[in-house]
Amino acid sequence: MEKRLKIRQIQDKLFTVIVALFSIAIILPLFFIIFYIVRNGAAEINWHFITSLPKPVGETGGISNAIVGTTELIGIAALIAIPLALFTGIYMKEFEKSKLAAVVSSLTDLLQGVPSIVIGIVCYLWIVLPLRSFSALSGSVALAIMMLPMIIKSTYHSLKLVPDSLKEASLALGTPYYRTVMKVIVPAASSGIITGIILSISRVAGETAPLLFTAFGNPFMNLNVTKPVNSLPLLIFNYATSPFSDWQKQAWGASLILIIMVSALNLLSKIMEHKWKTTY
Amino acid sequence: MTQAEISCKDYRLKNLDKQGSSITRKETLFRFFLVTAAITSVSIVMGIFISLLFGSWKSINEFGLNFIWSSAWNPAARQFGALPFIIGTLSTSFLALLISIPFSFASAIYLSLYLKSGWLSGLLKFSVELLAGIPSIIYGFWGLFVLVPIVRSIEIKLGFIPYGVGVATASIILAIMIIPFASSMASEVIKLVPQDLKEAGFAMGATRFEVIKNIILPYASGGIFSGILLAFGRAFGETMAVTMVIGNSNIIPKNIFSPANSMASVIANEFTEARGDLYLSSLIEIGLLLFIISFIVNAIGNRIMKRMTVKK
Amino acid sequence: MENDILKIENFYAYYDTICILNNINLKFKKNRAISILGPSGCGKTTLLRCINRMHELADEAFVKGKILLSDKDIYATEPMLIRRRIGMVFQNPNPFPTMNIYNNVIAGYKLNSIKLKRSESDKIVEESLIKADLWEQVRDNLYKRGTFLSGGQQQRLCIARALAMKPDILLLDEATASLDPKATSNIEKLIHQLKHSVTIIVVTHNIAQAARVSDYTAFLYSGELIEFGKTGDLFTTPKDKRTEEYLTGKFG
Repeated sequence: MEKRLKIRQIQDKLFTVIVALFSIAIILPLFFIIFYIVRNGAAEINWHFITSLPKPVGETGGISNAIVGTTELIGIAALIAIPLALFTGIYMKEFEKSKLAAVVSSLTDLLQGVPSIVIGIVCYLWIVLPLRSFSALSGSVALAIMMLPMIIKSTYHSLKLVPDSLKEASLALGTPYYRTVMKVIVPAASSGIITGIILSISRVAGETAPLLFTAFGNPFMNLNVTKPVNSLPLLIFNYATSPFSDWQKQAWGASLILIIMVSALNLLSKIMEHKWKTTY
Repeated sequence: MTQAEISCKDYRLKNLDKQGSSITRKETLFRFFLVTAAITSVSIVMGIFISLLFGSWKSINEFGLNFIWSSAWNPAARQFGALPFIIGTLSTSFLALLISIPFSFASAIYLSLYLKSGWLSGLLKFSVELLAGIPSIIYGFWGLFVLVPIVRSIEIKLGFIPYGVGVATASIILAIMIIPFASSMASEVIKLVPQDLKEAGFAMGATRFEVIKNIILPYASGGIFSGILLAFGRAFGETMAVTMVIGNSNIIPKNIFSPANSMASVIANEFTEARGDLYLSSLIEIGLLLFIISFIVNAIGNRIMKRMTVKK
Repeated sequence: MENDILKIENFYAYYDTICILNNINLKFKKNRAISILGPSGCGKTTLLRCINRMHELADEAFVKGKILLSDKDIYATEPMLIRRRIGMVFQNPNPFPTMNIYNNVIAGYKLNSIKLKRSESDKIVEESLIKADLWEQVRDNLYKRGTFLSGGQQQRLCIARALAMKPDILLLDEATASLDPKATSNIEKLIHQLKHSVTIIVVTHNIAQAARVSDYTAFLYSGELIEFGKTGDLFTTPKDKRTEEYLTGKFG
């Protein structure tokens, strides 16, 4: 009996050690990735790199067009996705029992799982073919479709946390239903909704696959939405797979900038979540 | 009566019917807005499926089911079969799952049952979140310049052709990428196990290991299965990281060090250069296959997860 | 009589197929405090919610009969307009968490886009808070969030919010149920002060509270009005056996 207990205790200890080791091992690849990007990227980054246009191999160019392009793509995508997703999320919460809400809910889950390259194909068919040109617009639509499920879900879940008593309080003051929703319920859920929006932006900021045959990439500065546009991930892809070591170096720099951008957005969403939280 | 009181009473009593009808009109408009948004979202998803179906019609017509079984991918001869890519995708995804499961499970168990607070727990959670936030293009870039040389030196030691790129490299990158997702899924599943069940186990004198093995894992088995399924769904649709390290060779891989190509990678590589309707249509059909697989995987996974949540 | 501000005539309320209120007939005089008393599930909250048309918010709910506010049928006009004239305070304090105290009080105007001059709204806020006996405690913190107040203060803020609309009737739905005894007695005092300017209808399952605050009491039992009369009469000489049994604690 005594011996059996000993064995069980040793077994338990052993398991703890294994679990701890495997968990801590996760830090290793993260460390390696961050280490390489910072080491190789930091040397590249300076004012010239951020503010000038790409130059042919041999001359030191910059990535300003990619930074502007990424901002443009994300900005338009957000303009398309936020209102649509917000109202869809409100619909899901307010008409929770309807059949359409159930359909929206399962299709949103589905859309979240659709590989991003597939969304690239579809936007090629929808926008690039009819316009006969790769364009910033098609890239933005692709990113907007990817943002949709994330914002719909976060909107729905944040609205669900708002107590019904607030809705009643507003209605009892004679406020019409639509103003109750837009001025009482949505503001009460706003910190969660905005967190979701920021997270979705940070997620699509690094997307490359859906842009390959929509935004396509462009070595020049472009603000016209019907023309191809460059983005940071596209630039990294093109430079990293090029045979020129100059460009590969610049790809490290661009990677570091991309990671800083994405991390800053994630950090911002964390701050929103904790500090601006509404207490009911 | 104060001035305010008068204006307020006026507002309430004047043109009651007119006010009422304008409110009703705005109300109807608002509901219409919401329904329109919901229907638009739904039609986008439906539209994706329909567009893919139409886009791949030529290829479906030409090759039928043979598209899936044929391994000939020869644009010059107008011969298109997706088997090498299907095998490439399945092998990299399965290998990635195999590699990542011990790590993601261990971290989920460690974080939700052992280390609930403290600096190590904070560091681990932070690391998992950071890993999840790194864009896939950066994983691919890093893989190409750091992992590929390492794999190449291993291949030389083992006596394989030292490509560096290939199934193994792609699987390792994929494994690192899905760890955060799989780990958060596993934590969620473990959270669904009722507290009193765990306590009952401890009350009977079971060790922590025994409680995990005999109570938590059996209870959560359905959720674990769906978590693995959903993680698989993540892995097989991944494009950029895989494209950069898999070698882009359109043949069925012979062993895990062979260069290969995945469904998503072949689309990424060849879509813009595809000449001819049939070529493009075949690539779109691969996209359709990706869509259908993701549909099935997510539908099953989410259904099981929902049932678990309701049961609780 | 001209003095009756609210008349309820042959009124029925249903939820799905369940009859919750069965043929209610009541007349309330202006500027009195009335309490509606009864065991839980008797329909007293439903009756209160029918008076400002909150009952119909559930899809399955519908009503039959008439409720007349100053001789006008409230079911013949927009519910929004009725709710502006009949204020309501709920069981749990529910100030708007995203608004400061000032905006909470003036919320009825803001949310309904009723334009007020700054001086007007300042005046309404001050008057309402004074009426709700909260002015002294919050006058220096008008621009802080209402959710940081204590439970009793939050409830008085909700009362101020309702009073700001200058309602004809104020409905209190178990408004003290979630408060401590001290806060409860403060609210009860407040009801005594307020009834001179507004008709107050209180729903409660606290028999002693009904006796303390109201001039008239209605006793409801399983959806039917059993008895209605002056509170003193009803408590000392109940006409119906069920009223007597309830008041003496035999059931409920």
